Amino acid sequence: MTDDPGAAVLAAASVRDLVKTYGAGQARVRALDGVSLDLGQGEFTAVMGPSGSGKSTLMHCCAGLDTADSGSVRIGDTELSRLKDKELTRLRRDRIGFVFQSFNLVPTLTAEENIRLPLSIAGRRAEPGVFESVVETVGLGPRLSHRPSELSGGQQQRVAVARALVSRPDIVFADEPTGNLDSRSGAEVLTLLRRSVDEIGQTVVMVTHDPVAAAYTDRVVFLADGRVVDELRRPDRDQVLAVMTRMTDAVLPDGTP
Amino acid sequence: MLRATWKSLLGRKVRLVMSTFAIVLGVAFVCGSLMFSDTLERSFTSLFSATVGDVVVRPEIGTSFGAADGSSRTVPASLVDELAALPEASRADGNVSAPGVFVIGDDGKVVGGQGAPGLLQGFNDAPAAGGAEGLHVVEGRAPSGFTEVALDEKTAERAGYGIGDAVRLVSPVAEGELTPTLVGLVALGGDASLNGATLTVVDMATAQQVFLRGEDAYTDVWVRAADGVSQEELRDAVAPLLPDGVEAVTGDDAADESASLLLEAISFLTTFLLIFAGIALVVGGFLIVNTFSMLVAQRSRELALLRALGASRRQVVRSVQLEAFVVGLLGSVLGLGLGVLLAIGIRAVFARVGLDLGSQPLVLEPRTVVAAFAVGIVVTMVAAWGPARRTTRIAPVEALRDDVALPETTIRRRMLLGAALVVGGAGALVAGLVADVPRAGWWVGLGVLAVLLGVAAASPVIGRPVLVAAHAAYRRLFGTVGNLAGLNALRNPRRTAATASALMIGLTLATTMAILGDSAKASVDRTIEQTFPGDFVVSNQVGEGFSTGIGDAMGEVEGVASVVRVRYGLAETGDRPRRLGGVDPSTFRALDVGTVSGDVGDLVDGTAVVDEDYADDEGIGVGDDLVVATVAGERRLPVVAVVEPGSVLPSIATTTATLLDAGYRDLDNTLVVEAVADPPGGLDGLQDRLEQAAGDNPLVTVKDQAEYAAEQRAPIDRLVLVVFALLGLALVIAVLGIVNTLALSVVERTREVGLLRAVGLGRGQLRWMITLEAVVIAALGAVLGLVLGTTFGLALMRTLREEGLEVISVPTGQLAGFAAAALVVGVLAAALPARRAARLDVLSAVSTE
Repeated sequence: MTDDPGAAVLAAASVRDLVKTYGAGQARVRALDGVSLDLGQGEFTAVMGPSGSGKSTLMHCCAGLDTADSGSVRIGDTELSRLKDKELTRLRRDRIGFVFQSFNLVPTLTAEENIRLPLSIAGRRAEPGVFESVVETVGLGPRLSHRPSELSGGQQQRVAVARALVSRPDIVFADEPTGNLDSRSGAEVLTLLRRSVDEIGQTVVMVTHDPVAAAYTDRVVFLADGRVVDELRRPDRDQVLAVMTRMTDAVLPDGTP
Repeated sequence: MLRATWKSLLGRKVRLVMSTFAIVLGVAFVCGSLMFSDTLERSFTSLFSATVGDVVVRPEIGTSFGAADGSSRTVPASLVDELAALPEASRADGNVSAPGVFVIGDDGKVVGGQGAPGLLQGFNDAPAAGGAEGLHVVEGRAPSGFTEVALDEKTAERAGYGIGDAVRLVSPVAEGELTPTLVGLVALGGDASLNGATLTVVDMATAQQVFLRGEDAYTDVWVRAADGVSQEELRDAVAPLLPDGVEAVTGDDAADESASLLLEAISFLTTFLLIFAGIALVVGGFLIVNTFSMLVAQRSRELALLRALGASRRQVVRSVQLEAFVVGLLGSVLGLGLGVLLAIGIRAVFARVGLDLGSQPLVLEPRTVVAAFAVGIVVTMVAAWGPARRTTRIAPVEALRDDVALPETTIRRRMLLGAALVVGGAGALVAGLVADVPRAGWWVGLGVLAVLLGVAAASPVIGRPVLVAAHAAYRRLFGTVGNLAGLNALRNPRRTAATASALMIGLTLATTMAILGDSAKASVDRTIEQTFPGDFVVSNQVGEGFSTGIGDAMGEVEGVASVVRVRYGLAETGDRPRRLGGVDPSTFRALDVGTVSGDVGDLVDGTAVVDEDYADDEGIGVGDDLVVATVAGERRLPVVAVVEPGSVLPSIATTTATLLDAGYRDLDNTLVVEAVADPPGGLDGLQDRLEQAAGDNPLVTVKDQAEYAAEQRAPIDRLVLVVFALLGLALVIAVLGIVNTLALSVVERTREVGLLRAVGLGRGQLRWMITLEAVVIAALGAVLGLVLGTTFGLALMRTLREEGLEVISVPTGQLAGFAAAALVVGVLAAALPARRAARLDVLSAVSTE
């Protein structure tokens, strides 16, 4: 994997002219208004933007959880808009990993069972050594037989990350994975995601509104009103904050502080 | 607060419908049973008041239940004129009636099947009590002479006969069929329904000729009162004229007597139906408890919010109770409506077995309506009481928390309660079965109920091993999906167990019934196998008598070595009706009955033989006197022998001549035919010839041992089938319960379902998971039900062993069938919730609060 920002990165997923509207008539909202974007392979990308900017919708469309009105989404060379529910389900199962903001785990299953869930649903086994290395990375060894209710919020999110990684998906989508965590637990989860990119070349896309979280990534894409408005490579917290402040100023009427 | 309750009700329509439906079924059963029995009673009351005169003069009957089988005793014809001449009487009419005359329809079958009575009457125009119209012609004319007959309209219609057709009749006094011409249709006064019985009318002289052997006499006389004379005054005026052995009763008394006899005979039906109504309500109660527990659990956050906003505890509890009240009210109204349909259904079923109440409109007494609302509302509110009370323990602060776990009574307490109920119930059961307590039936019934409720209460604990085993099996067999399904069933064992309880109760009763029925059949088989005399038995299933000429004819058949005639009369010993057998002493040994003590060779007229069971029960032995009330009065018969119980001879028997002398008709009931060593044409050929000799009388059949056993088993099969049909209702409620629980579980677990779908669980896998979960619930109910039912069945059989049911037989095939049916129930119940879960939109499911 290359760290050179100038090099042409292979796209793990690409989005072209994506449009998604909600409601009808006066209440009609364009959540995505012609978004085009390439998500590089082996890259850690953050999608940011104010509430209602369409960042979650974009991620849901990319992950096959939602369908767009027009435009195309490709995961690798698979065009999602042509897939039926069954094929989408299989795509999610085999080629995509998920980390949600909360309620990531099936409460009746142990941590280990939760991690293996996508594989066992598919009737597959983890590739040799993968489960062990993921568990080691996540650092949950002694807690594998615990149920979610016996784990802290941070531990639960780490289990969720492990689950997303264990099937070696093409791309992992994380939707505000640190939104419900204290800063220390949040840092653990972000480090985990960062390491998966650096060490095994995992492609990760994360939706967040936290500049600190965004600073862990290789690239930040900013969305506003359903469009890509800005982009940063190798961001740090202050750069991200600056872009966000600019965006907020842009939407505020003149004269407002 | 009221408005909040109302909104919450409307917001959960599906749930409302489901829990209401349980009430509806229970209430419908109560109302249907009550309505049917009221209709039955009204119908018989009107029938019997149309079949009595102001005063009825009849031969005195020695037994308390009258001459149920018909007696040979009569009132002399000369008495009629004497009675008519009384100043208190305006007229007197003699009647001749005889039982056992059946019409054969154009399909060759006996009209009304074998069960509804077939009556013959001599025609007269005697007015019924109060001067009401009696028997009258509605079409055509009255019959006259041997070759003409009239039928009641319904019978003619059912048989397919029109005026001018030849009517096929069988009667006990003729060997073959009679085929007189139908000349008229008749009806009873006041359009009373015959309730499925058939009425055949011939002219009076013919009736006397055929049924009273030409004697100028009547079976009874109706006396019509003169103006201003009451029934009682007329009865007292008539009394001095009566010869010995003849009595006068008022029409009202006679009608009451007949009606109460019949109603008592069929009162077990009403009881039976009400028992099932009770079962339906108990099972439905479980469904309601479960539904309300889940509703309250789901609403606890909402209720906590209400508390936080200032609603008092009492208000919160009230809102749940109010919801229960509305559900109960709605269920009662719908149940009442469904009850009417059910009563119509029951009526139709009974019409098929001969009790046709077709022309009697349904009777809806106010009591039925009151019962519907009382039962529906009370049961619902009692069932919702626990969950409602639990809401008081919700603290207002919980509105602010993420997930509210409703405090529940500890499993331990439930276990203790369950154990106490089981122990108490078992005690009552044993007391009812073994000890000599009054109203033993109640003890047994309440004992069974207590054990069922106790097991249901303790089932979260005792059912756990089943759930754990199911989980392990699922995991092995179905991988992750199986694992998830098994874990889901274990997640809330209380809920799983409560849902399974409905199925458990139904299956327990079905299993008990299956064991009782199978054991009874096995006992019948064994008795017949051990005691079947001769090679063929000639009889009919309803025990109706037939002409002695048939026995004569069979005696002549080639290949017959001997024919033993057995007859029965209904007599009374120790206030209980019993069949008194009659047999020719010279042929007694041919019946192959083993002697226990005494000598059957000593049987002469005026003596009796009893079987061992009877002797043991009554503490009677050789040399003691057997006291029997017969039609002609009390008889003392010294016992000359105690014999082994047999399949043809009743427990007590005397000689044919003794029976005749006691006022019973000269008819045979059963013939035992023994073949010669090697009959021409084999035994099959002999059977054909015997059937020919029986003269195509559809009431008389020639049976070998296997056929005889099958005929004896048939009533048991029918009874068991009826019970199963009724238990089917419990099954319906059980299915609803499972549907309800799963539907609510799916709602509760929406996010989890969304998550599973998001990480790649296919729709099919999801449906399969929910189906497997339903099957666990059903399996738990099946296991508990089969175990309990087998226990009850074996316990009952053990105590019934002394009653002659000696064989205990467990119909394993049938029980396996129940288990399979339970699993099918699970699969069916899962269909709807599974569909609903599979249709959930993944994205919105994941993001539900």
